[in-house]
Parts: sequence; C-alpha cells; structure tokens
Amino acid sequence: MAHKKKGIKAEGQMATTLADLPTGQRCILDRLDLPDDLARRLMELGFLPGNEIVPGRRAPGGGPRVFRVDGSEVALREETASRLYLRRDPESDLIVLS
Amino acid sequence: MSSCHGETPRVGLLPNPSIRPPRASTDRPTIVALVGPPNSGKSTLFNRLTGLRQKVANFPGVTVEHRIGKAKLKSAQEVFLVDLPGVYSLSPHAEDEQVTADVLKGERPDLKPDAVVLILDVTNLGRNLVLAAPILSLGLPTLVLLNMADDLAVRGGKVDVSALAAELNTPVALISASKGTGIDRIQQFLLGTAARLNAPPARIELPVLQDVPKCRQWAANLGVRASYRAPAPPLWTRRLDAVFLHPIAGPLIFAAIVIAVFQSIFSWAQPVMVGLQEAVQFSGNWMREVLPDSPWRSLLVDGIWSGVGSVLVFLPQILMLFLFIGILEDSGYLARAALIADRTMAKFGLQGKSFIPLLSAYACAVPAVMSTRVIENKRDRMATIMVAPLMTCSARLPVYTLIIAAFVPNRPILGNFLSLPAATMLSLYILGFVVAISIARLLKSTILKSRGTSFVLEMPPYRWPTWQSLSLRLIDRAKVFLHRAGTVILLVAIVLWVLANLPLENGKAPELAHSFAGMIGKAIEPAIKPLGFNWKIGIGLITSLAAREVIVGTMGTIYGIQGDEQAKGLQIALHQDLSTAGAVSLLVFFAFAMQCFSTLAVVKRETGGWGWPIFQFSYMLALAYAGSWLAFHGARYFFG
Repeated sequence: MAHKKKGIKAEGQMATTLADLPTGQRCILDRLDLPDDLARRLMELGFLPGNEIVPGRRAPGGGPRVFRVDGSEVALREETASRLYLRRDPESDLIVLS
Repeated sequence: MSSCHGETPRVGLLPNPSIRPPRASTDRPTIVALVGPPNSGKSTLFNRLTGLRQKVANFPGVTVEHRIGKAKLKSAQEVFLVDLPGVYSLSPHAEDEQVTADVLKGERPDLKPDAVVLILDVTNLGRNLVLAAPILSLGLPTLVLLNMADDLAVRGGKVDVSALAAELNTPVALISASKGTGIDRIQQFLLGTAARLNAPPARIELPVLQDVPKCRQWAANLGVRASYRAPAPPLWTRRLDAVFLHPIAGPLIFAAIVIAVFQSIFSWAQPVMVGLQEAVQFSGNWMREVLPDSPWRSLLVDGIWSGVGSVLVFLPQILMLFLFIGILEDSGYLARAALIADRTMAKFGLQGKSFIPLLSAYACAVPAVMSTRVIENKRDRMATIMVAPLMTCSARLPVYTLIIAAFVPNRPILGNFLSLPAATMLSLYILGFVVAISIARLLKSTILKSRGTSFVLEMPPYRWPTWQSLSLRLIDRAKVFLHRAGTVILLVAIVLWVLANLPLENGKAPELAHSFAGMIGKAIEPAIKPLGFNWKIGIGLITSLAAREVIVGTMGTIYGIQGDEQAKGLQIALHQDLSTAGAVSLLVFFAFAMQCFSTLAVVKRETGGWGWPIFQFSYMLALAYAGSWLAFHGARYFFG
C-alpha cells in the first residue's frame, strides 16, 4: 500500500492506518486524512476520532473490507482505509479478538 | 380519489372523539414526512401505514422522486405520508439527501410537511439519534419512532422511552414496523396532526449541526440519560457473513443464486404462462364466435385482444423476477453482493454501488436510473445511467421468451439444473452485463474520466423479508405492467390495426403487404435486410420503439390479421419470417437497442437535458445494428 507507515507521529511512533490491521485487532481512530465530503460521510457513519474500530471480513478476492464501528458494519476500500490514521491506545493495544 | 365515508361515526380507540377538525376542508391536505437513516425500516413502516393506497411515481410525466401514500386511519381524515430517501444528516452530499433536505425545509411548496415522523433503528440508537438534532431544529411537530423493538428485546438491549421523550421534549414510541407493534401510536399522531393538535417540540438545547463529533456526543449523552443499553451484536448476521463473504463459498453462492433465479423464472412461471396463453386464445375465439362479423370485431379480436393479450401472458414471469430481486434486497443480501462486486466493478471504472442499480435494471431501467442517486460521484453516476438500459430488463423477457421458445429446442444440458433455453436466456443476460460494463469502462476512460472514487457502504443486518412488503412490491409492478398494457400497448395495437387495414381494396381490408403498415415495413426493409429481418419484423421493430415488449403484441396483431395463423400460435408463425440466424440476430438487436420511451424520459429528467438521452439512444442503436449484423452473419455460417 502506498500510504503504509508513511508519516512519523509527534511522539516518534510510526503512524499506522486502518489498512494495516489484522482482522479483529481493535484500534482507536486518530484522524481522517480525506477530502471534506468523504470525511464527513465517514464521520456520520461513526468513523470519529477517538472511536473504536474493529476490522472485519474482507470481500472475497480482496475487495473492500468491512469495519465494525459505532454499532454497525461499514465497508471501505483499502485506499480509503489507508487514509484513516490510528492512535496507539495503551489499554486496548494488542487485544486480539477471536 | 378519497374513499370518503364522511358520515361514518368514529370508532373507539381514538384519542378523543369530541375533537373535530377545526380547519376548513378546503385547506390543502395534511402532509406528514417520514424520515430516517438508511436501513431503519422506513419503507416497511410506510407500506404498513399506507397499504395499497400509495402512488409510486416513477413514470414519465409524473415527476416525483419519492412515494406518497394516504395513511390508513380509523376515521375519514386524509393524511398523506411522504416517504423520503434515507439520510444520515440534513447536510446533503448526495442527490437523494438533497431531496429530503429540500422537502423538510419546506422548499418544495407542494410537499411542505405539517409534521415529521422520524424513524430510528433502536438497535443502534447512539448513531441513529444524531439525525434527531437537525430534525427537531426544523420546529415541526415530531414523533420519534424507535423501530426494531423486537430485535432489541431478543438481543438483550433496553431503553427508557419516557425518559427519552422528556429529554427530546417530543413524543417517542417504541415500535416494530415488521411485526406491526406500536402502529396505533403512529395513527394517533397522524390524526392529531390532521386536527392540528400536535404542538411543535419545545426548544431543547441542540448541538451545532455542522459539528459531527459534537452531534454524536449529544446523541450519546441522550442515550445515557435514557438508560439505553445497546443490544448484543447480531450473531446470525456474523454467522451468515462468514458463509456469504467466504473467499471461496461466497462467490460460488453468488453465482448459484443468479443461476437459480433465471432457471426458476423459466421453469416455475411456465405452467402459469401456458395457462394464460390458452385463456387468451380461448377468449379470443369465443369473442369471434359470439360477435357478429364486422370491422369492429376484427379490431377487438385481431387488433386489441391479440395485441394486448400476447403481452399479458408475460406477467407471471416479470412478477417472478421482481419477487427474487425483492427478496435479495429486503434480506440484506444485496449489500453483500455489492461488496463482492466492487472489485470487479472497479476494474471497469465503476464501483460496488453501481452494482445495485445495474442489478435492478434487470427488472426495469426506470427505477434503476433513479436508484443511481446513491452514487455520490457524478461521473460514476452518469456512466451507470448510460449503461443501465443494456442490462436485460423485464420488458425484454417477453421478446426473448417468445423467440427462444420458437427457435431453441428444449434439451437438458446440465441434467435438471439447466436446460438449453434457460442457458440461452442466461447467456443473453450475461451478454447484456458484459457489454454494459465494457461500455462503462470505455466511457470512464474517455468522456467521463475521473480520479479514484470511494466506496462506502453500510452492511445492514440480515432480516427475513416480510410477505407484506414483497407482495406490495409485486402488486405495484403488476399495476405498472398492466397500466402499460392498457395504454401504450393498447394504443399501438389500435394504430397498428388501422394501419394494417387501410387503404381498403375493393371495399375490403387489404393484404398485409399492401396496407400502410406493410408499406412502412417495406420502406425500411433495405436497411434491416442485412440483419436478417424482413418487412414484417420491420413493422415490429418500429412499434417496439415505444417499448420493447410491444413487438410481441405487434406480431400477435400481424398474424392475427392473417387469420388462419391464430390457432398455430405465435411461435410457429414466426418461423415463416425468421431463419434461425435471423432469430439470433433479433435477440442481439433487442439486447442492445434502446427501445423504451420511459427510460429516455427518466434519463432526461435525471441528467437535466436531452443531450445524454440522445447520446444514449444513438450509441445503443449503432451497437444494436453492428451487433445484429455480426450475429446474423456469424450464425448463418454456423447454422448454414
């Protein structure tokens, strides 16, 4: 992916994106690096900074992926997911759901 | 239009029988807007509240982008419900949201609502409540419905309805639109609105509407104060997705569903169709016997009855197709299909959301063109509109069925699972799809080029489709089809009969070849001869410009006029005028040509001018001519 591990965050940590996560790895959204229209639509669907997101199933053949967010499931393409940057949250870090 | 039983005494259960509507009945009717996010069960509720008393206006001349229905109430009052497109907020970024926002803000004077019914999915109250902020800020009397109460209970969630009502300062009710619980509370509200009894909500503190995080926080706080406990995740949906989105099983099931649909359209609908066909023939013969011999009998029996009757026969098949699409949509599978299709569609410059309009175009291009509104990207939307009529719509079914039944022998090729006619039909469907996406690719890499587009789609939980909603769909489609048979096809049948019976020769109807219709057919014969069609098929091609299925009625009328062919049936009669290669060519012509006024009209409306529809008509005609020519010569080489 073009955006993988691109920016370095202020704390010196590597910024990961939603596209980097394995299935079931909980994470906290930090910011959306997307055009205003799309960012707004995603926020309305629950992709708000600070919200928890769990990556789910991928479409067969490597299509878009389903994310569990704010009580529902929303499918995004990889290129969109790779513009959603994550926050390292010490409490939920590395909790892998079955 | 009203089923007015004005003097009927009011039945019990009403809020207050002493209340009389204070306003004069000369006022414009009471309008209540039904609003909610996508997948909140809005349409199910609308159907339940209005039943059959709704107007689905998706035909030319009636410019309506939403459904209007008269509410079934326990009194004579008339309350009209407007079903608005589902929205997440009132800040519009797609066109259907624009419609909703305009209507709610009173910018459509004919539809200015007197009150709002806001329907929310209570299984995800936090996110759904966000929409309450902009709706309450409109200052209209509002009833907030928390739908899917049954789901909430089953999955162990709960909410304090009266606490929420107190927080929102407006009535709130817990309902289940699919089970029908809590409906009386809504009817009460509608009656109250008609009587001008419902007060607008008292002002409450609302967040700044443009600030999505603030609005979400506001909704979350409300949920806490209403002791909302979110239900457990929908386990069945997860389990089903594990199968339907499985890397190997998923696409296989997808393919199996598609094949099963086509096979059953062919085999299950067949007995009903044969029965109808016999009924049409029998009644035609009966009319011929009881009526005195006159030109009028000929007009009625040979012109109208064989024209309209031969199209009516296809109603069962069309309803079957709509039934399947309805089941796929209502169950939630269609969203998964869009997800599976996205990658493939992306290769052709489209996206998964284009798949839904393209799939509904299998039923009819008119609603399909309208459903492209969900595609936010303008150029994607335009490309989808341009290719949607290439998908095999139900109006082509009668034509394909007739020609296939006449020319393709009924032999099994995959045991009981797939027969040769069904396989032919399936390949025509595939042909339409493949050409549609190839043209889309071409358009998207030339005149509709755009930068990468996004795909954002919410996956609704799986649900059982309800019989009520499915049967309403079917009745609706049957009405549209019968309406067309009763207007366009009837008119064409009459005009054709007149053209085929004039000018009189020695005071008698002429031979078809010498009639006006024959002359017109002969005039275009040179142009269509290279495609393997003679002048009689030419007459059919011209009449089918109005709507594809008209050709079936036309052939019915043409052979009806020739008298003795009536008994032999249309299929056999066709063999006189079409070779097998010509039949293949005719199938291809119908697969590509844009013979549908209704679609052109809706494309004109959706694209805002004649430019796009004219372009569409021309390119499809060119494609049809070239495709037919190739098919005719290829097939002649093949079949000799």
